[in-house]
Amino acid sequence: MSGPNTSFDPKQVASLSEEAVDAMVEAAVSAIAAAGDLGELKEVRLAHAGDRSPLALANREIGALPPAAKAEAGKRVGQARGRVKAALEARQVELEAERDARVLVEEAVDVTLPVDRRPLGARHPLTTLMERVADVFLSMGYDIAEGPEVEAEWVNFDALNVPPDHPARTMQDTFFVGSAESGVVLRTQTSPIQIRAMLDRELPIYVVAPGRVFRTDELDATHTPVFHQIEGLAVDRNITMGDLRGTLDHFAAAMFGEGIRTRMRPSYFPFTEPSAEVDLECFVCRGESVGNPDRPCRTCSSEGWIEWGGCGMVNPRVLQAVGIDPLEYRGFAFGMGVERTLMFRNGVSDMRDMVEGDVRFTMAFGVEA
Amino acid sequence: MRAPLSWLRDLVAIPVGETGRDVATRLIRAGLEVETVETVGGGVEGPLTVGRVLEIEELAEFKKPIRWCQVELGDGVVNGIICGARNFVAGDLVVVATPGTVLPGGFEITARQTYGKVSNGMICSERELGLGEDHTGIMVLPVGSAGPGDDAAALIGIGDEVLDIAITPDRGYALSIRGIAREVAIAYGVPFEDPGMALVELPAPDADRAPQDCGTEDPTGCDLFTMRTIVGFDPGAPSPLWIQRRLVACGMRPVSLAVDVTNYVMLELGQPLHAYDMDKLRGAVRADRAVDGEPFESLDHVKRVLSTDDLVIRDDTGVIGLAGVIGGLHSEIDDATTNIALEAAHFVPEVIARAGRRHKVSSEAGRRNERGVDRDLAPYASARAAALLLEFGGGHYVGMTAVEAGAAIVTIDLPASEPGDVAGLVIPRETVVSLLEAIGCEVEGEHDLRVTPPSWRPDLTDPIDLVEEVIRLHGYDRLPSTLPAAPLGRGLTREQRMRRRVGTVLAARGLVEVLTYPFVGETELDGLLLPADDRRRRTPRLANPLSEEQPLLRGTLLPGLIAVARRNASRGATDLAVFEIGSVFLGEVGESSPPRPPVHRRPSTTEWAELNALLPHQPSEVAALFTGQAEAAGWWGAGREASWADAIEAAVVIADACGVPLEVRQGFDAPFHPGRVAELSVDGAVVGAAGELHPRVVEAHGLAPRTAALWLDLDAVMAAAPEVREAPAVGTHPLAKEDLAVVVAKEVPAAAVQRALAEGAGDLLESIRLFDVYEGSPVPEGSKSLAFALRFRAPDRTLDAAETADAREAALARAAATVGATLR
Repeated sequence: MSGPNTSFDPKQVASLSEEAVDAMVEAAVSAIAAAGDLGELKEVRLAHAGDRSPLALANREIGALPPAAKAEAGKRVGQARGRVKAALEARQVELEAERDARVLVEEAVDVTLPVDRRPLGARHPLTTLMERVADVFLSMGYDIAEGPEVEAEWVNFDALNVPPDHPARTMQDTFFVGSAESGVVLRTQTSPIQIRAMLDRELPIYVVAPGRVFRTDELDATHTPVFHQIEGLAVDRNITMGDLRGTLDHFAAAMFGEGIRTRMRPSYFPFTEPSAEVDLECFVCRGESVGNPDRPCRTCSSEGWIEWGGCGMVNPRVLQAVGIDPLEYRGFAFGMGVERTLMFRNGVSDMRDMVEGDVRFTMAFGVEA
Repeated sequence: MRAPLSWLRDLVAIPVGETGRDVATRLIRAGLEVETVETVGGGVEGPLTVGRVLEIEELAEFKKPIRWCQVELGDGVVNGIICGARNFVAGDLVVVATPGTVLPGGFEITARQTYGKVSNGMICSERELGLGEDHTGIMVLPVGSAGPGDDAAALIGIGDEVLDIAITPDRGYALSIRGIAREVAIAYGVPFEDPGMALVELPAPDADRAPQDCGTEDPTGCDLFTMRTIVGFDPGAPSPLWIQRRLVACGMRPVSLAVDVTNYVMLELGQPLHAYDMDKLRGAVRADRAVDGEPFESLDHVKRVLSTDDLVIRDDTGVIGLAGVIGGLHSEIDDATTNIALEAAHFVPEVIARAGRRHKVSSEAGRRNERGVDRDLAPYASARAAALLLEFGGGHYVGMTAVEAGAAIVTIDLPASEPGDVAGLVIPRETVVSLLEAIGCEVEGEHDLRVTPPSWRPDLTDPIDLVEEVIRLHGYDRLPSTLPAAPLGRGLTREQRMRRRVGTVLAARGLVEVLTYPFVGETELDGLLLPADDRRRRTPRLANPLSEEQPLLRGTLLPGLIAVARRNASRGATDLAVFEIGSVFLGEVGESSPPRPPVHRRPSTTEWAELNALLPHQPSEVAALFTGQAEAAGWWGAGREASWADAIEAAVVIADACGVPLEVRQGFDAPFHPGRVAELSVDGAVVGAAGELHPRVVEAHGLAPRTAALWLDLDAVMAAAPEVREAPAVGTHPLAKEDLAVVVAKEVPAAAVQRALAEGAGDLLESIRLFDVYEGSPVPEGSKSLAFALRFRAPDRTLDAAETADAREAALARAAATVGATLR
């Protein structure tokens, strides 16, 4: 114990000599180096840096030195302890690293083991495709409109300029609900949603309407009595057929790639006039398979164009039926079959695959087709 | 409508060298949907020769009768040919493929040994030449139409191309070669001489006899009725070969000269004609309304009962035709008819369409009349037909009778700028006028045009009809590509977002979405053990279902999911979780006479409400089915069978995805196991059920034991969804944990115990979770032990032990009081 050194003992303390301190350091450093693991190093730390270690004991002796020697001895012991501490820390880091490396090796697993305990399910590709289409139009400012699947005949036909005895009624084979005279049908098209949108919404109207529709076709590879359409409607002042074309072009590019164009061919639908069929430039061959038997294209049958849907300017009679003044407003509408789009876009060759609910088919599409 | 290119070339100077495909491309661009272009006799290579049958030897020793024919092929060449057909006699002209000629399908004719003879060629049928489907016998050419050794290929039109065009309902005029030829002429910019406006000259009427009288009692249904009479016609005269060939190329069957001529003129000009045997007629032939219940036997041998809605043709004996649709059996011309009365009339399209639909008759005449025939055409067409009959069948022309109610002339006012305004480009007035004139319109006026459409375009009634004609002929490919300035959108609605989210969340949990048909049958509903008064049985019924087994619309999605599970199992996938989001249909649809508001104005609020009142309730539901293993066995250990818990968990997750807390109670609902089904409710209203399917349902459908399912009224769940979810106060002071095991009677629901504990624990309780259920010693018989983890936290301080203990005691006290819980 070093008390206040008022009357110091003049005798030299041998343990504080330079040689002695160096020896202590050397002994410590070699012991540190010899420590093979963290447990041994802990013992070495206790022996060479603990309270009972030679350097700690030497430190206590400093108080017994004459004042003139104190400073020098203090400095010497302090440096020595610093060297031991640094050596301990360095070795600690080394041994920890060695331990970690060993443990990590020991804990290695075979990461190629199957991990299919609860795999991801899937959404139906028709659903996600309709969402994809809807998203394109949402980004253009359109809303999504909806309507009932069991629909009033008036909405499905009359208001769409298909009078009761018009041959166009027989263009679509209709399921009648209740009886043929009940005035209620399974909607044959998504177009009745146009009527509801125009009756319900403020002008101008920009909507897309995805939905399920029904016709009395037997199920086979290319027909199904229950299928899906997605339809667009814009009613505004000064809308033109050029606007319709531009909208379809943008839609095609967004869905099938920059620069993919559309083509319109004159056609007939009661609810649009002028009416057109829409063809899509083949997004696979971009027309390069046409007249080129060496590079046939399965997607477009080497036609260069794919039949996609129908469109046209909203017939003024339809606007009248919902109370919109055709002299003030014009509109365009377009629609396409979702099943058909999925068939050529994703290479589905048999429509029954979309209907039967075989999980192998649907799982392949995950959560986005 | 099938249009042979050679026939079009008769009417239009199509540039030399243009193929059928070239013409098709032009027509498609103009809006006629050319579906196919076929070559007549495509695949025939090498000569076909006209032969005259000289001798026929019947070979009777084979299984079927065989003929050994000597056929003269010109220049003194006679070939012996074996033939199996029997529809010809010595002296007939036939088509012979001589050795070396290849028939469609790569069938090469060779001289070959057969039936004991060397057959040196083949006598051809229509089908063998790829001309048509007729294979009732070989082709026999009309007498005098050719001589032995002539080139038969040219005679029968081999190599001609036929365009098959799907005619849309608005373009009735294009159901004729005349109408298509006009479009071809416009497309090529060449002149068009309209054969429908040139009156064929007929001999002066025979003054000795009166022509067949005609009339119309209903000028609103028939506004033009004409009758031309020919007497002394030779019923045995054959149709010329060129008429027969064109009819076949257009898909019609040659029958007799009189019938073939009416069909030929109908195809050429678009005017349906009907030939009566004048000797079978009594009194004037007139258009008239039928009397209710009046009988009529049509020439397809169907006995029909008519109503006052039907426009008919009658004479003094009764109804002899359903006007414009189908003729009667008893006035029909036959192979002895010598006196012919030829009807050509104009009918109002709606009347014809209604009759065709009601009597389920589809005829070539009906197709044209219901689309609207040229109102001026009748006398022109019947003159053309009469001239052909006289030319090829002889006889005397007796004259024409006719009645006509003046047709109102339609004129349409069209600003000359309108087509360009609609198109979005400038179409000069001159272009507008010339295009309208090209389709036959008369145009007057400078800026505001007054347009009179031609008689063959009854579809042109509104300005927009003219706009369409101008833009289509100007060319859709010249439309600009511009974008309208849509207003800023609001994105998906809340319901739309939630539906997407529910689908995504279920898929993320491993379920697979399916989209099933909404048709069900009573047997399926019986199979679900639905009680007789179940609302899911009172669903709309289809008047014309695809299958009589499934005439109802679904009131539940479960039958579809069960069917999907069975189909997958049959294909080897027995571990399955599937879901569907879709409409169900509740309530029956009445058969009362529905409202039918006019369409020239917006329906009134009342009318709109009445229309919507016709419809059943159509909520969107979500349903799921879990069968087989929910988790597979693997290197991690055993697998796990799907159970009632998976179904309830999924239901809770669906509601969670909408931000709606779902109340789960013991329930009862078909088709579930009565002890393993939860009634699911939101704000006290039942919105669904989830649990294990009834064992009988499982067994009857061959599903894996313990198959579970859920259904939820998604609309009801979404209606309860919060507009905005409130942020919680996330406390940062230390958490105090207390575990608590209580014993309650076995029948007490765990949820009730948990609710009681939570209520008793008070505001300091942050969460409570049941982590163990135990039955058996030392828990008394009839009781169960439920262990809960309670987590306490105060928002503003560290809880001390006494506070936590107090809360725990209060929880216990409440559970003791409400559900009889005791501390274990």
